[in-house]
Amino acid sequence: MKKLLTVLLGLMMILSLTACKKQEEPQVDPEPAPVDDVTVMSYGEYAAAELGTKVTVEAYVQAAQSYWQGAKLYLQDQDGAYFVYCDGKGEDINLSEEDYAKLVPSTNYGEGWTGLCDGTKVRVEGVKSAWSGEVEISEATVTVLDGEKWLADAKDVTALLGSDELEAHMNEKVAFKGVVVEASKDAEGNDVPFLYNYDGSGEEGNNNDLYFNVSVDGEQIYTFVVESYLCYEGSDVYEAVKGLTIGDIVDLEGFLYWYNGANPHITSVVVK
Amino acid sequence: MRKRLLCIISLILICVSLCGCHGSRDSGAFVLPEEFDESRQYEITFWAKNDTNINQVNVYKKAIQDFEEIYPNITVSMKLYTDYSRIYNDVITNISTDTTPNVCITYPDHIATYMTGNNTVVCLDELLDDEDYGLGGSKVRFDSPEKQEIVPEFLNECMIKGNCYALPFMRSTEALYINKTYVEKLGYEIPDIVTWDWIWEVSEAATQKDADGLYKVNGQKIMIPFIYKSTDNMMISMLKQLNAPYSKDDGSVLIFNDTTREILYDIAGHTAKGAFSTFKISSYPANFLNAGQCIFAIDSTAGATWMGSKAPLLDIPKDQIVEFETVVRPIPQYDTSNIAMISQGPSLCIFNKEDPQEVMASWLFAQYLLTNEVQIAYGMTEGYLPVTRKAHESREYQDYLSREGENDTVYYNIKIEASRLLLENTQNTFVTPVFNGSASLREAAGSLIENTCKSVNRKETIDDAYFTALFEKLTTLYHLDQISTQKGGKDLGPLPPTSIALLASLGIAWLLIGIYTLIGYRKDKGRK
Repeated sequence: MKKLLTVLLGLMMILSLTACKKQEEPQVDPEPAPVDDVTVMSYGEYAAAELGTKVTVEAYVQAAQSYWQGAKLYLQDQDGAYFVYCDGKGEDINLSEEDYAKLVPSTNYGEGWTGLCDGTKVRVEGVKSAWSGEVEISEATVTVLDGEKWLADAKDVTALLGSDELEAHMNEKVAFKGVVVEASKDAEGNDVPFLYNYDGSGEEGNNNDLYFNVSVDGEQIYTFVVESYLCYEGSDVYEAVKGLTIGDIVDLEGFLYWYNGANPHITSVVVK
Repeated sequence: MRKRLLCIISLILICVSLCGCHGSRDSGAFVLPEEFDESRQYEITFWAKNDTNINQVNVYKKAIQDFEEIYPNITVSMKLYTDYSRIYNDVITNISTDTTPNVCITYPDHIATYMTGNNTVVCLDELLDDEDYGLGGSKVRFDSPEKQEIVPEFLNECMIKGNCYALPFMRSTEALYINKTYVEKLGYEIPDIVTWDWIWEVSEAATQKDADGLYKVNGQKIMIPFIYKSTDNMMISMLKQLNAPYSKDDGSVLIFNDTTREILYDIAGHTAKGAFSTFKISSYPANFLNAGQCIFAIDSTAGATWMGSKAPLLDIPKDQIVEFETVVRPIPQYDTSNIAMISQGPSLCIFNKEDPQEVMASWLFAQYLLTNEVQIAYGMTEGYLPVTRKAHESREYQDYLSREGENDTVYYNIKIEASRLLLENTQNTFVTPVFNGSASLREAAGSLIENTCKSVNRKETIDDAYFTALFEKLTTLYHLDQISTQKGGKDLGPLPPTSIALLASLGIAWLLIGIYTLIGYRKDKGRK
């Protein structure tokens, strides 16, 4: 009797513990592997495609913003660059967090995190779109490919600042050399070398974007940004911008993002 | 000895078994203390949302500073957000670790989700009415509004399942910002209340191009006559105006109906003609409006400072701005004699803590944010409307309204007109039912329009089969078929085999324990 009771109690304990087990997600069939007969566009074909066209490209991941309701990737190949924007919810999130983790150095987001990648090749199928002037691939399905990796060298486009030709380099890894840090105005009208958010509404410790102005000739002012979801507070570039003073001469590198005009996402600052 | 051991093991097993039923953390409900202990120090956290607007940040900072002077024993730490969904995400994350903020700006839809944790959010019913510490209470150290001084429509929006779980902080609605110059150039006059038929007609008229491929109305390559910022609101408002079903208080999802289908057909037709687009597809309506590339921009009244060629806040280079006259109207209506516009805007919720005195400190701070000083100052930063009649009727606020157009900063005419729009139409506002899942339903409402417009732009076929598939896709995507209604709840299906085995073994074990005890008792009795 006692033995039977002991066995039953033991069984009960085991069954009780199963109640603590996390409910398993229903099995979902994995995404089908990319079909090899998909026609991959060259950069030239992509650039020539009309907005709203379905496109397929293969390129190397240069950088990625932190994963938040999908992925935002900066891609480039030897001929040109792409920005991949997976907006928000459900159907547009076609890069899993697991695959995203294969692209970035770490997903341990926190102080000092950057999304600067090592150039893993991916295939992107999506729709060529434009949002505030930024040409991008939206609703993208991203497939991580094996094989070679590649990182682009930053192209010096300093001479193109303010010209129409600059747009042809949209999304590329670019450099601006020997530019001068110009004053920004804070809410009280003071001259400051940078602002937390475009109007100074952010503050230290809040991982806000950093905005700062530069010029080549002291007259035409260009506003650059440290996109905080690409380079977190505490990263080298973020802290370097916080250390700028008006009049500093700097070499900058970043990605030529577009938002109603050139809006480079700066990833490196060297004070000369 | 063995029996005792067996009893102890049985008790442990019962406890372990019951742990299996444990879901989320279950803290005790807040109990209002008789007195607020002012001899103690409190440190509370406030997660605040601003519209990336330094003036709003400064209002928050001053409010905290002033409050801390009144209550030197309470320190408020603020964390700034510019996005409701980020706050929502962070709160959800922190509920599981019991590290929620004390006070947080949020939407009632989000609170409904926070409330899935037991007693996570403080029910304010008792606090609101408390004679000492409630709104206008005798022991409150500042000039707090009384409960009846809060606009009733706004306070009602904070009621969830019959109880109050939030305080309204600011309210806004949507406004139609119109380039009057271009409308008149097209040969139309703007009515006081715009209808959907009228706006579609004028929008299509604006799509005419000249021989060079430039739009006749603006002479530019780009013209999107009508852009809607929040397609969630667009769908919800259209359904409301047509008295068509959307959802019920009990969590029933009713949006996938024939009226929705007709609305989408209509939108698809106008999108195909180049008359309509959305924020998600194109960009901020204000940017196109100010560049002369849009005639009708629908956005929040809380975005009024970005609207118009003299707008104090700009997001495009100054050399792209086109001079035009801006007017503000309610959103388009189906029935001009029965207008309906959504009420939205930030609310304040208070999270429960083990120490009720800490909750009291939070409550006092939240209440302070309803004082005239804070309400009027924050209301002046945008086209927001303060939530108290006390503020509306104050000399300071009336003076602010009366100085409309005095300059293009504090008294920017479009901003003040936007505030007036809600002030004069409070009785025409509506909100949608709040339940766990209502936030997802709202997103699905917007996705219906976004998906339709995208498909039109890609020349996909829009027909009944398309909408049937879209309805099914969004139902699955937003888990709308998993929302539990209050009536009976969702059928969870048969018990899994492990649960059946567990219940059976429990029953058998207790039966055997009973038999064992009975036999022992009889043996003991026999010996005696």
